Amino acid sequence: MLRIIVCVKQALDVTQIRADPATRHLITVDAPRKISDFDKNALEEGIKLKEKMGAEVIVLTATSEDAKMILREALAMGADRAYFVMDPSFENSDTLATSYILAEAIKKIGDFNLILCGEASVDSYSAQVGPRLAERLDIPQITYARKLSLDNDTVTVERTLEDRYEVVKAKMPALVTVTGETNEPRIPSLMAIMKATKKEIVTWSAEDLAISKEKVGETGSAIHVTEVLAPKVERKKVLIKGESAAEVAEALAKALIKEGVIGR
Amino acid sequence: MKTVGQHGEVWAFSENRDLMIELLGKGNELAQKLQTKLAAVLLGHEVEKEAKEFTGYGACKVYVVDDPMLENWSSESCVSALTYLVRQYKPEIFLFGSTRKGKEFASRLAMRLETGCVPDCTHLSIDDNGRLLMGRVVYGGNAVATQFCRVDPQIATVPPRVFEKPTYKKGEGEVIRVEAKLEEPRTEVVEVKEIEAPKVKIEEAKVVVAGGRGLEKKEDFKILDELAETLRGQVAYTRPLCEDRKWFTDWVGLSGHTIKPVLYIGCGISGVIQHVAGIRDSKIIVAINKDPEAPIFEITDYMVIGDLYEIVPALAVALKKLLKTG
Repeated sequence: MLRIIVCVKQALDVTQIRADPATRHLITVDAPRKISDFDKNALEEGIKLKEKMGAEVIVLTATSEDAKMILREALAMGADRAYFVMDPSFENSDTLATSYILAEAIKKIGDFNLILCGEASVDSYSAQVGPRLAERLDIPQITYARKLSLDNDTVTVERTLEDRYEVVKAKMPALVTVTGETNEPRIPSLMAIMKATKKEIVTWSAEDLAISKEKVGETGSAIHVTEVLAPKVERKKVLIKGESAAEVAEALAKALIKEGVIGR
Repeated sequence: MKTVGQHGEVWAFSENRDLMIELLGKGNELAQKLQTKLAAVLLGHEVEKEAKEFTGYGACKVYVVDDPMLENWSSESCVSALTYLVRQYKPEIFLFGSTRKGKEFASRLAMRLETGCVPDCTHLSIDDNGRLLMGRVVYGGNAVATQFCRVDPQIATVPPRVFEKPTYKKGEGEVIRVEAKLEEPRTEVVEVKEIEAPKVKIEEAKVVVAGGRGLEKKEDFKILDELAETLRGQVAYTRPLCEDRKWFTDWVGLSGHTIKPVLYIGCGISGVIQHVAGIRDSKIIVAINKDPEAPIFEITDYMVIGDLYEIVPALAVALKKLLKTG
């Protein structure tokens, strides 16, 4: 049977992040976590392929914090099995280190036909883990898929570039990264959520994967972050008032002309 | 820490010519700071003319891999060429254009060289230790992170129009032809469909009138079109209108186009952080929204709390009148 591995990241819900106005530091501790949006599209695509042609869908995450909730959700959506690779030493891993952890986990999971990833994560948006993972596993890769189909040992993808769509084929095993255009991820039913509690979540630590501590976390990362600050907001915030739409419009038009931003 | 004269070269590569010239402008500034040389990397087939052109934009050297296999930008062929060049000539900094292909190439090259890559940089400078400081938007536009890479080459990708194009001066650069052993492509492009390009690039518009979920029907955009026409501007869309409602294909925001027009007018746009990240550098921001709590008002110069279906046409009328008599 076909085996599809979907890599998912537990991302911060970026709409729920607040900044301290005095220091401009972000307050992320209480921000909710979720399956990163495009990873969810990748998962949905994997489940659709399973429904269409039969496949085992495995979901995999690597993290330094608890992320079993997102794996439960993935299982409820229709994944068959989950691998939860967690170790405190993974904290502050960059994409070099993260792709190493995922590659080691995949080697231990064993044979597969297809790996699906989101095009990028919603919080750090680097779009690198997929390409790096394919490099590490030495398999073909196709990024930015909007449509995807399988036929024997070939994956065919329509990918979105800036000015064109390309239809690209690759021999499997291969890795494909998926965009938000691809599908509308399902919301699992209560029944599916209940059933998912019986599905297996395999937990692995760094030790279980014989991961070298020098290659993960801060020490194993090439990229170091010196500061993260909320941007300065300096806007006028003038409320335009008026008795009618026409009055408001006229006041706004005058203000804009005065600003010198209306071209003549 | 390296001293003067010890720094490796600063390199630039993009398959997009305009972006390449922007990279050369910024790369030159970084190279001067490090007192090293700027080099352009050029991949393709029969590209002699472009090589000469890059020397006019500040490249002291142009490394050229000329091979028919590079003609259609196959990832494996290009990445293997780039890897060969870096291993051979050991640059210290390597700037890439943040196109989708460029970002894939940069990630794959960084992996082969076991180094880091900071994508979509909007700030690049050299710190006191001679390292490249790379600033980029993170957390969906909530913050700017400053990062550095402790391994050489330090790789950064740069989106279009972040840095200015330098002026062209006839240059005396050296063109170095390199024979690299290229990998065969592992993917096959079987069909290419052009995406119809908008008449004027949204990034180049001086005035942008943007519509969001507050517009109930696609046809309702005609009122925005009319306002944009009055202002000689362009109409733009938010991501939900493209991805959820499928009305359009191209959106403004973190994952789409980043714009900095002189005037931005957001109509029926709530202002989620991802959209705001794409418009934040606009000179004047106007928002028209029914909901006084809409987050877009936090970053607005002129706020109109009201129905866009009334305000937008009225604004077009008022502007026509004032511009005629004014």
